[in-house]
This record gives sequence, structure tokens and C-alpha cells, in this order.
Amino acid sequence: MKTPLTLAERRTPLSVKLGLGLLTWFIVLVFFFPVLWMALTGFKSETAANTPTPKFVFSPTLYEYQSVWYGTAGTAGLRGYLEHSIAISAGSTVIVIALALPAAYALAIRPIRKWRDVLFFFISTKMLPIVGAIIPLFIIARDLNILDTQRLLILLYTAMNLPIAVWMLRSFLLEVPLSVIEAAQVDGARLPRQLRSVVIPLIMPGLAAAALLCFIFSWNEFFLAVNLTTTNGATVPIYLVGFVAPEGEFLAHLSAAATVACLPVLIAGWAAQDKLVRGLSMGAVK
Amino acid sequence: MTALTTAPREFALAPPRTRRRGAAWLKRLPLMPAMVFTVVVTQIPFLLTLWYSFQKYNLNYPNRARQFPTVANYRAVFADPIFRTAALNTLEFTAVPVICSILLGLGIAILLNRRVFGRGLLRTLIISPFLVMSAAAALIWKYSILDTTFGVLNYVLRPFGVHDVNWIGVHSQLTIMTFLTWQWTPFMVLLILAGLQSQNEEILEAARVDGAGPWRIFRALTLPHLRMYLELGVLLGSIYIVQAFDSIYLITQGGPATDTTNLPYYIYQVAFQAYDIGRASAMSVVVVVATILIATLALRTISSIFSDETLSRG
Repeated sequence: MKTPLTLAERRTPLSVKLGLGLLTWFIVLVFFFPVLWMALTGFKSETAANTPTPKFVFSPTLYEYQSVWYGTAGTAGLRGYLEHSIAISAGSTVIVIALALPAAYALAIRPIRKWRDVLFFFISTKMLPIVGAIIPLFIIARDLNILDTQRLLILLYTAMNLPIAVWMLRSFLLEVPLSVIEAAQVDGARLPRQLRSVVIPLIMPGLAAAALLCFIFSWNEFFLAVNLTTTNGATVPIYLVGFVAPEGEFLAHLSAAATVACLPVLIAGWAAQDKLVRGLSMGAVK
Repeated sequence: MTALTTAPREFALAPPRTRRRGAAWLKRLPLMPAMVFTVVVTQIPFLLTLWYSFQKYNLNYPNRARQFPTVANYRAVFADPIFRTAALNTLEFTAVPVICSILLGLGIAILLNRRVFGRGLLRTLIISPFLVMSAAAALIWKYSILDTTFGVLNYVLRPFGVHDVNWIGVHSQLTIMTFLTWQWTPFMVLLILAGLQSQNEEILEAARVDGAGPWRIFRALTLPHLRMYLELGVLLGSIYIVQAFDSIYLITQGGPATDTTNLPYYIYQVAFQAYDIGRASAMSVVVVVATILIATLALRTISSIFSDETLSRG
């Protein structure tokens, strides 16, 4: 991150530098404000949250975070939904990686013929609008009796994230020196052993980043979850749908729930931010 | 001489002809599970959508004859003024946020590429809107920020003479587009920042020594270098934003009237509120065909972005 001072920067007057610095902070804080406000409001009581003049100073309480976690007399808590979300996101991420790693290997290390077509087939599935598939998915799931199950979302999120993982892992595999893999092949290691003992350790950071990204996308997914689940397979976003037509005072409760819903992904994203751009651009940007 | 020394090795790596076909399949084997899975889960539903679109099929009347094949659904779709509105809204809600988030992203990325106090923290903060669950963010915007009485926005604008604006009711389209721009600007910032940081600092410095001003340098060096990153931003942004559903479902429910109804939301309404599977499928087919046309162009762009150097071993 430390870049040497360039000529232009040495020439810029201090007042301009300071002004641009303040401007940068101001813009970034404007963008961050809704997130900050969400977390803050969660620490308020309902009476402090529902005021026409927003309170920036208030006595914080953990009450709403607790009631979100355990549920209140009338409403279920977020915990069950969190458990579903964790199981579904983690489950699909594991399957995605298990499918994507061998595929990426076949497309990167002495690639098969037509590897380019295969890569573009994968990415083209991301371009087709999901609404084009939702109706048959609903009907098939209904007929197979798997509507509103975690299995269903695991399956669909795997399909949703597989192209991203294949592209991303392939871009990391390209950086593994061929000689290393050839050495393993000469030693007679077969593919599963090659992957386990040579390839995976070398691309571990990339693998972790790909997994985190798939986890994030599954965690935040809304369209499939809202159309295909109601209770047994319902993820965290579905809990939030209950607030579409809320009754009484709810701002603090909503904010606390939203904060808990976002926290795992915020932490994961902040941790993986160096690799985020590479994953989001499918490996095009290093 | 050369032939002699390389011959044994050649033999070891390339098996005799008879075994080559099997070897090709062996090489393809690791790819197969992912390939088969993707084909089954993503392609078969589309074929079914196509099939349903030629039927009179309504879940409210499960016992009614399905009349296959019929083009009644397609006729209804093309005569439907709401479908047209939804298509135009989709274009608007994609183009405006993509353009705005690219421009804002460019500006913020340039600011963040300077030496600024707390750069790491700023970068961490700016990506947050993109990471936050959009369902959560949409509700926070709706009730906590844009609400006429309790919203922070009207409070902040009060000193400027703006009073109690009903943002979601009166400026519903602006609301949706602003929300999408807020969500996607961080992504553009990250992408463009990566582009800026991959610039060759020596060339920039040389240009400065030669007396080129900042604007000249930006036009002549930075912008051409960023072209690939900007194209990628437009492409990926469009792929995702065109499918925007969460924010519309949660903030405006497509309204008032059909002001913020885009195609995903309209198809959702016809399928899951009217249960008209046939008509919703016909709409999906039209959308998918339009997308394929546009995506073919997009794929061509991608393949120029992912030129041989980026795709193959460098």
C-alpha cells in the first residue's frame, strides 16, 4: 500500500491535499451511513428509535438484539433462520468447491480441447435471468416434495455459484507452475492425490477466497429463497420479509435483526477484501 | 541428437494412438460432474419454461385442460401494456444505475488511489454496501432512511427547506435507482481501484516530468488503461442489476401502480400471485430470448476482455 510520493503529489499544495482528503472521507461516510445507522438503531429502544428527529445520542441497550436472537412472545427468533442459512450456505459452498476444483483443473492444467467453449458455457449460465427458470423449479420441487427444504436451496445455490468458482479457481490454478504438477505426475500421483498434496496447498488463499465469495452470495440470496421456501428451508432474508407490512413500533427490532443478518457476510467480506475484486471479476482482475 | 534425447520422454507423455481416445476422456473426467450438474440444473428448467409457455396452465384451475400447443400466451404478452412498461422500466433501472455507479465509482476510486489518511479503513467502509444483504438494506432504506416522518433523509434536508417528502410514494423510480446505485458503486470502486493500481507509475511520472497536466495524463494514459476495467464493470453490473428483485419487492412492491414494476417482478406477480403459469412462462421466454441476443454481444465483449493473455497461461 505504501507508494512513494510522486512528483505531482509533492507539488500539490497542502490545502488541496487536505480538501481532497476530507472530500474522500465525506463521500465514503455517506455511503457507509445506512450500514452504520442500521447497527446503531439496533442498540436503541423502540421509543428512542421512532422519533421524527433522529437521536444520535442515546443510552444503548442490548434488548432488541436479545429479542431478535431468542424471539419474543409473538414472534419467532432469528436463530432458526440463521441455522438454516448457515447449513445451506456452507453446504452449497462445500459442494461447489468439490465440483469446481476438478473442473478448473481440467480447464487449466494442460487443458482439454475446447476448454474455451466450456468456460463460456459456464459463464453464459450466469447471464440467463433466473425468472426464466423459477416456474419449472417451483413445479418440479412441488412434485418431488422438496419445496421449502434446505436440500432444494443447497442444490440451486450450488448451480448459481459453480460458474464463478470454476472461473476463479481456474485463474488461480494458472499460476501454479506446470513443473510442480508434472513432478507430482512423474511420481505417479493420481488426480485426487495430486490435488490434495500439491495443488490445494498452493492455491489455498484463492480457494478460501472462492469459498468465501460463494458463501456470501448464498447467504444474501433472496429471489429463490422467497419463492421456494416458507418455514423449514427459510433463510435469514425470509425472516426480514415479515417486516414488509409491520405493525406497531418496529424500527429498533428491524435494525437489530438486519444487523445480525449482515454481520457474518460483512466480516467475511472485510477479511477477503484483497481477493474480492478478483472473485467478482471471475479472475479477470488480479 | 535432439530426437534421440527427447524420444523416451515423448513416449512417456504421449501414449500410443490406440490409447489416445481413452486418455482424452480421462482428461475430461474431472470436468464432467460440474458440467452435468450445471446442464441439468440450469438448462432443463428453461426447456420446461418453453413447454409451459405453449399451454393454458393456471395453478388455480388444476383440472382444466391444458390445450397444448397454443400461442394464446404469447398473444396476451405482446398485447399487454404492463409488460411493455415493465420492459422499459427494466431498461431504465439497469442503464441508469450502471452508468451512475460507474461514474461515481471512477471518482471515488481516483480519490482513494491518492495518499489519504486511513486509506485501508476507507476501503473497508466503502465496500460495505455491496456486502450487506440487500433484503436488509432495502428495509433499512425504506423505514429508517426514506420514511416521510421517521426517515433520516428528510431530517437532514430540513435545514435546506425540503419538508416531509414522501420519497417512496412520490419518487419511487428515483428511490429504486438510487438504491441500486448505492449498492453497486462499491463494486465499481474496487474494480476501478484495481485498474488504477495496476498502472505503470514510471510512465505516469515520465509524463509529468514532460510537463503533462493531470487532466491530460488522465485522458491520454489513465482512461485508455482503465477501458477494460470499465467495460467489465458495465458488463457485470448489467448482468446483476437487470435481475433486480429484492429492492423492488421490499421497498415499492412495483408501485405506485406499475411505476417500479420491472420484468422479474412482473413475472413473479403473474406466476405466484395470479398463478398463470402459461402466461408467466411466455414472458420468461421472451425475456430469455432478449437476454440471449444481448448476452451474445456481451460475450463477444468478454472474450475481447479475457484476451488470450488473461485466459491462458501468461
